[in-house]
Amino acid sequence: MLSVLSSIMRIVEIPMLFLQHKLGINRLAWVFLAPNLILFGVFTFLPIFISAVYALTGGDKILLEDRPFVGMQNFRTLGDCGNFLDPDTCRSDFFWRAVWNTVWFVILQVGFMVGLSLLTALILNQKIRARGFFRAVFFFPVLLSPVVVALIWKWVLQKHGVLNAVLEGVGLEGHSWMLDSTWAFGWSVFLSVWAHMGFYTLILLSGLQAIPRDVYEAALMDRASPWRTFRRITMPLLAPTMLVVLVLALIKGVQTFDEVFAFTGGGPGSATTLIVQYIYQTGFAGAPRLFGLASAASMMLAFVLIVLTALQMRANRRSFNG
Amino acid sequence: MKLKLSTALAGATLMLAAGSASAQEIRVMCGADGNGCEIWEDILTGFEEENPGVDIVMDVVPYNAILENLPVQLAAGTGPDIAGVTDLGGLNEYYLDLTPYVDADYWNNSFGDFLNWYRAGPDDTGIYGLHTQLTITGAYINRTLFDQAGVAVPAADADWDTWAAATREVAEKTGVEYPMAMDRSGHRIAGPAISYGAQYFDENGDPILVDDAFEAYVAKFVGWHEDGTMAREVWAGQGGNSYQDASKEFINGELVYYYAGSWQVGRFDEEIGDFFDWQVVGSPCGVGGCTGMPGGSGLVGFKQTKHPEMVAKALDFLARELNYTEMTARTRNIPAHLGVAESGVDYVDASDTAAAALNAWGAQLPKISPIAFAYQGHPQNRAMFNITVQRVTQAIVGELPLEDAMNRAKDDLAAVLAETK
Repeated sequence: MLSVLSSIMRIVEIPMLFLQHKLGINRLAWVFLAPNLILFGVFTFLPIFISAVYALTGGDKILLEDRPFVGMQNFRTLGDCGNFLDPDTCRSDFFWRAVWNTVWFVILQVGFMVGLSLLTALILNQKIRARGFFRAVFFFPVLLSPVVVALIWKWVLQKHGVLNAVLEGVGLEGHSWMLDSTWAFGWSVFLSVWAHMGFYTLILLSGLQAIPRDVYEAALMDRASPWRTFRRITMPLLAPTMLVVLVLALIKGVQTFDEVFAFTGGGPGSATTLIVQYIYQTGFAGAPRLFGLASAASMMLAFVLIVLTALQMRANRRSFNG
Repeated sequence: MKLKLSTALAGATLMLAAGSASAQEIRVMCGADGNGCEIWEDILTGFEEENPGVDIVMDVVPYNAILENLPVQLAAGTGPDIAGVTDLGGLNEYYLDLTPYVDADYWNNSFGDFLNWYRAGPDDTGIYGLHTQLTITGAYINRTLFDQAGVAVPAADADWDTWAAATREVAEKTGVEYPMAMDRSGHRIAGPAISYGAQYFDENGDPILVDDAFEAYVAKFVGWHEDGTMAREVWAGQGGNSYQDASKEFINGELVYYYAGSWQVGRFDEEIGDFFDWQVVGSPCGVGGCTGMPGGSGLVGFKQTKHPEMVAKALDFLARELNYTEMTARTRNIPAHLGVAESGVDYVDASDTAAAALNAWGAQLPKISPIAFAYQGHPQNRAMFNITVQRVTQAIVGELPLEDAMNRAKDDLAAVLAETK
């Protein structure tokens, strides 16, 4: 068996030695990178480039050759606002409603997500009974499809749903949760936190377990209070992991679409319409399909995501360098 | 052994080549939202028998694929030969003109104004589509609830206010949750708006969408959502331009009056059974008449087909009076073929209730306003439907005052027209 393997390796070695001889050891790295680069190029960079070109065109035709070049017109349409804080003063009011919904969604979702994940990780890091079971329970929603998550909570929160049945069962009055803009938005944040919290809890838990035990033992010998231990030992040593979690949650938050779309459809009205849904509806589900406007909005979203990704990379570097 | 293998390969290649030379494969893209696909396929076997070597392949796809993927495929030149479409005028640029291959007089006499829905504009005289499913929007009532409440069913010429008052009374007396509901759709609200005088087009035939009459009807509609006459879940519970119906509520007996359309007959017949009595009451009246919106779907051939003559012949085969009658009876639709409509359709497998409902819908056809016909045939009607849904919903949920929502609707339409001119 071993001899067969070594024979295969010797066969593979021949073209490699040839390439190394022809290209040199440094350039040979590109040969190994090429498959991945080609895949990324075709399925990631090329679509981004095409999208950028579409953002500079107008009309409702699909093929680029049929679309007139309009320069920055689509960006101007999106940016035509009396007051950016008030979508009603904007020409593309739905875009700005979606932008502000996304901003609030990200602030609330990331805030609750990081806070609750930290709390859960701290609890699950203690020596409690059935710790493995609880770890699995908190991680389970991560495994569910976003549409399943949305349907579960829709079933719970609809007018004749589980929650209202429980409330009415204990003598309280039910509520039309999905018809009230504020509640629908609040529940969308809740659902998103519920669905993804397990993933961030897991990262924070591994961060907590990486903190050396002897530091805690030293604090115990110094009679440091639990709060002081948390503030002066846990938090500083967990900070790099926290930063990664924060930036990852931010990126995922900005990209949120499927679960909220399946949960509320963006309603009531546009109360839960997020930026990715706006792009989807403008480019694909609307009539006419305004690919140019959708691409321009995508480019603006891409810019935000690039900034957040740069932050994540920086955080990763800092975390790696200690 | 080598010889045997090469002989077999050569034989197989020859057979494949011979097969591809003689067979004309016609691919039909069909949306899986009813029983139409299987019935078309069944009837078209007769066409295959008449035309040896022609193979009709039915590609059944989700309805959304027709809306979202088909336009992309057509633009890329990879579309099917035939498809069942609902965006009748919107895809006109890709349609195959059947005129050179069919008896144009027969088609014009049989389908009349329905052919206009598939045309590019008033100057276009081409024949592009076979309207297979004619639908009309209008209302159903839960007759049992009216009887239980002892409330008289309003007359055929009753207006919306009369219906609203009657259904509120029925709901109150029977303890039913929702007096009225209307599907969340710009198409659905158009009939009532036209009945109340909305024009939708200016004197030049250009779309305007919002006028005083339209705004007045929307104000009424918003008011019914505020006072609980209309089921709020249907329009206010959604965002964007998502479609939402209230058929489940009607089937469950939780709704007195449901404004939907003729396509629900089969489902109601099947799912309601003898749970309660239901009936078709058509569209309430106003100063603009008692109109619903016509609509439906049709089969069209595409220019990019390699077999234009066969595509045209296949559609012509389905358009034959006998075949069209069978198709209408089995799919439980209202005929768009004037000859078939005149002769009447015997809905053999339908229950008495369903047959009565289908005939009641047929009787609504003469009441349809010319504005409704023009709106259904306008290439930008889907854009106008979407604008209506989004802006009216904003007024219902209080996101925008009614006047602002209507002004926004006007701006949206202007932007669409500028983008598509």
